[in-house]
Amino acid sequence: MQGRGPWQERVRAPGEPWVWFTAVGLTVGLVMILGLLGLVLVQGLKAFWPRRVVEITLKADTSPQFRGSRVLAGERVLERRKRHPAVEVAGPSEDREWQLFLGNKDVYGQAFRFVDVADVERVRMPSGLLRLERTEYGPLLAYPVALESPGAEPLPAEHPAFLATLQQRIEEAHQRRGEIRRLEKKEIGELNRQLEKLHWRLRALERRQAGGGDVSAELAGIRQRQRELEAAYETLAARARELRAAQERDRLVCRLPTGEEHRVPVGRLLSFYAPNDLGWFGRLQVFATRLREFLTQEPREANTEGGIFPAIFGTFVMTVLMSLAVTPLGVVAALYLREYARQGWLTRAVRIAVNNLAGVPSIVFGVFGLGFFVYVLGGQVDRLFFAERLPTPTFGTGGLLWASLTLALMTVPVVIVATEEALAAVPRSTREGSLACGASQWQTIQRVVLPAAAPGILTGLILAMARGAGEVAPLMLVGVVKLAPELPINTTFPYVHLDQKFMHLGFHIYDLGFQSPDSDAAQPMVFATTLFLLALVVVLNLTAIGLRNHLRRKYASGAF
Amino acid sequence: MDADSFQGTAPAGGTAVRLQTAEPRGQADTAPGYDPRLIEIEHFDFFYGPQQVLFDVNLTIPERHVTALIGPSGCGKTTLLRSLNRMNDLIEGAHHRGDIRIRGRSIFDPHLEVIALRKRIGMVFQKSNPFPKSIFENVVYPLRVAGVRQRAVLEEVAERSLRAAALWDEVKDRLHSSALGLSGGQQQRLCIARAIANQPEILLMDEPCSALDPVATARIEELILELKRQFTIVIVTHNMQQAARISDFTAFFYLGRLEEAGPTHKIFTSPKSKRTEDYVTGRFG
Ligand SMILES: Nc1ncnc2c1ncn2[C@@H]1O[C@H](COP(=O)(O)OP(=O)(O)O)[C@@H](O)[C@H]1O
Ligand SMILES: [Mg+2]
Repeated sequence: MQGRGPWQERVRAPGEPWVWFTAVGLTVGLVMILGLLGLVLVQGLKAFWPRRVVEITLKADTSPQFRGSRVLAGERVLERRKRHPAVEVAGPSEDREWQLFLGNKDVYGQAFRFVDVADVERVRMPSGLLRLERTEYGPLLAYPVALESPGAEPLPAEHPAFLATLQQRIEEAHQRRGEIRRLEKKEIGELNRQLEKLHWRLRALERRQAGGGDVSAELAGIRQRQRELEAAYETLAARARELRAAQERDRLVCRLPTGEEHRVPVGRLLSFYAPNDLGWFGRLQVFATRLREFLTQEPREANTEGGIFPAIFGTFVMTVLMSLAVTPLGVVAALYLREYARQGWLTRAVRIAVNNLAGVPSIVFGVFGLGFFVYVLGGQVDRLFFAERLPTPTFGTGGLLWASLTLALMTVPVVIVATEEALAAVPRSTREGSLACGASQWQTIQRVVLPAAAPGILTGLILAMARGAGEVAPLMLVGVVKLAPELPINTTFPYVHLDQKFMHLGFHIYDLGFQSPDSDAAQPMVFATTLFLLALVVVLNLTAIGLRNHLRRKYASGAF
Repeated sequence: MDADSFQGTAPAGGTAVRLQTAEPRGQADTAPGYDPRLIEIEHFDFFYGPQQVLFDVNLTIPERHVTALIGPSGCGKTTLLRSLNRMNDLIEGAHHRGDIRIRGRSIFDPHLEVIALRKRIGMVFQKSNPFPKSIFENVVYPLRVAGVRQRAVLEEVAERSLRAAALWDEVKDRLHSSALGLSGGQQQRLCIARAIANQPEILLMDEPCSALDPVATARIEELILELKRQFTIVIVTHNMQQAARISDFTAFFYLGRLEEAGPTHKIFTSPKSKRTEDYVTGRFG
């Protein structure tokens, strides 16, 4: 090395620590976000992975027995330090406990139990144990003994065709369940709707009769029709009763790990697998099946079991409706503000107000939506178009339409700001070119400015969707429910039911996590639901981003 | 009215003088019986807010000839050109005194629709400004905004205008791809095609070649000589050779005043004003 010349005097640029500081800030932010996403992803997917079931034998002398038995079996959910170590015992593993998921809630009364590791004598993974998914009381963990059918020899579990037969019976029961559902929901529902219509007509006629009109012929016709419908109803109800009885006919006899015998009607079973006998690939198949069922099925048992399809669908429909409402509203407002309004203190004030609107707590928008949309607008709509149903509200109560509009109102500032920026970015020369061709200002906006600003407008919509799809608080006031009997878009005329209440993933998370009676059972569902709420937002955003890139390409150089 | 006349004012508000043209260039190309006073600019002052940029301009522009506006930067050429189709209306605080008449009718007449005026006047800007649309839609844009819908008409106009702008052969196979994918020279010719699509009477061009290479410039100059059979062309240019090559008449502006105007060969060979001579010979500018 030569002596230091003037060039080497200062190797450090002034302010370099600040660069380092900003990098640390970014890293901290990224780590927190990735940590959160990773947690949600891992915990969310873990909910579907089939766990092994362990059978635990408790020490004979020391420990309290479980239901008079020293043996119990369950999925090991977590291991932790004991909260209240009763006696200080030596050894590091002695003060730990396991949380077990035992299932069999109908028999045991609770599905989860803590077991003191110090009390454990022996742990093994019993083969032959089945985990059976049921329509109620959560899963059953038991050893199968036999399949009973009335008027036939019981089929013992040792029989080689036992599992195949059980599977077949479960599938038959599944079909019957679908049939019952179809009868009760669709056919009987349709009859009920017709009866309801007749009832309204009857009321209208009675009013006319009270006014002195002669309506006896029509009244007789309606009464006749009512009798016919009621007869049809009786037939359907009888058929449904018959099917329900068939659901209870076959029974699975099984032995619980504690040694008790238990009988469960096959009609209440949904599916089963043998957690300890599955290979890696088998477990993967179970994982895929459970994941698919979670995404496509309706929730059961106060939402802690079953799927989240109605919530996914409700969130999707609401977000799309919100986008359909917020885009024109925001774009029109921004157009006036940027293109037509005289730029002075008033427009500046409006702009500041719009920006601040984005900072209003969302619950305030919920209250406004309830007061204005639901009570004022909805009440008015009911008085004008659904007067015969009053006092039962149709639009005068929370529903899909009002929820979408409330969220549209909440997110409109985002769209206005983004649109204004996009409009400002359209070069003056482009506008002048259009005006010089003899276009009016509106033609210029419509044909040149808006297409050029479209990608920027979509950016605003993306931000609005991201904010709107994850919002819960205002929805609780304007139409979200814990359990909706029907999807808001279904096969019943008029197909799109804007007045209906709906389910929403965000509210589902809140409901599962904080309102459910069994929070231990709900916890995996909370993570899984969060995961799919995030996934839905990402999918919606990717769609909008794809559309934006398509527009950009189209205007840059691509083909039209 | 003398057929080949051009009128300007002497500097410093002298009385209007009529300058006889000996033989305007390209006279053989132009149809006989044109209006020598198509555009009449009278005592025209223009202000951007408090700042006055044009002072008492008096100028007449004849039909179906090329008139060049020359002068140093900032002397108000663009301002005057944009006044002719009232593009300056868009600028906040801009106002004027005096009058501009086209075919004897004031363009500031409150009964005159500015949109109708702009439909009669095509404009080509200094920087090409194609719309983010297909080539075809760019060219037929003036017809679209005028409400023309028939596909056959639009296609015919597109072809005719693109041929007139010497662009047809280059783009005929990709009429429906984006105009923003064209080169700079092609984009400027596309803007010319757009400006002439709806058959305007007057074509205003503000330094149409300033951002182009010599080849593209030559093509556009050819195009201008071709177009003046049909259109009255007013062109702002910084390039003296260009003004000499393509224009029939030249008006020289200096600091917002019309210094001298007349047939191009006179302005270039025997200017009256010392400043004009200095400018056209390149001693300042
Ligand atoms: N939009 C505007 N607002 C204010 N002043 C302007 C505007 N446009 C041009 N000017 C001023 O008006 C004068 C004339 O400009 P311009 O007509 O563009 O000159 P030229 O085209 O001859 O170079 C210049 O001094 C310029 O600074
Ligand atoms: Mg200029």
